[in-house]
Amino acid sequence: MKDEIREILHEHGKLTRDARAIDEDEDLYQVGMTSHASVNVMLALESRFNIEFPDRMLRRGVFGSISAMSAAIEQLVSPS
Amino acid sequence: MNDALRLGVGIDLVHVGQIASSVGQFGDRFLRRIFTDGELGYCTGAPGQMASRLAARFAAKEAVRKLLRLEDQAVAWKSIEVVRAPGGWCEIVLHEEARALARDAGYVGFSLSMTHEADYASAVVVGERNRGRTLDNEGRDTRNPA
Repeated sequence: MKDEIREILHEHGKLTRDARAIDEDEDLYQVGMTSHASVNVMLALESRFNIEFPDRMLRRGVFGSISAMSAAIEQLVSPS
Repeated sequence: MNDALRLGVGIDLVHVGQIASSVGQFGDRFLRRIFTDGELGYCTGAPGQMASRLAARFAAKEAVRKLLRLEDQAVAWKSIEVVRAPGGWCEIVLHEEARALARDAGYVGFSLSMTHEADYASAVVVGERNRGRTLDNEGRDTRNPA
């Protein structure tokens, strides 16, 4: 899943570094991701994983790192 | 947040072409996630200016988010709305969680200024904090209920 997130970040994240080489816990906002880019990333993730991020998840932290996005997607794919 | 400050400010700059690109790539999913029906009604009313108007409104919403100094609170984009007054100027109206956060921070009113050229749109929002007034249930300053 994290590699797929990296690919989406590469395409939509507008990062200042190659998303495919970014550490999973690195702060994406510190490597250039804007709010607008995070919306594009969110919509691309929704398409790729057939999910929808609810309003309660529209937090900076949810899209702040690859590991955070991965945890959020897992939560939506397999709700407990 | 420093309670001694009477004013807060937020600013944002958006590339118009990137907003157009989001609309092209994600269509209604992008539009409906970010903008209210009222905002879309105004922005789509002039197809040649749609991307610029959307970009200015996106900048205004982000400027409010910056003004509120969000840490990790969830705020839906549509809970921050740009409303066009009959006189032609635009105002910020807050709903739901954005209104609650603004109230908690002591904000009682906002002033908005937006601008756009062919390539970029920008917005500045100034918020006033005053213990003597409050936001009403529509997220408007009670000093100016109209």
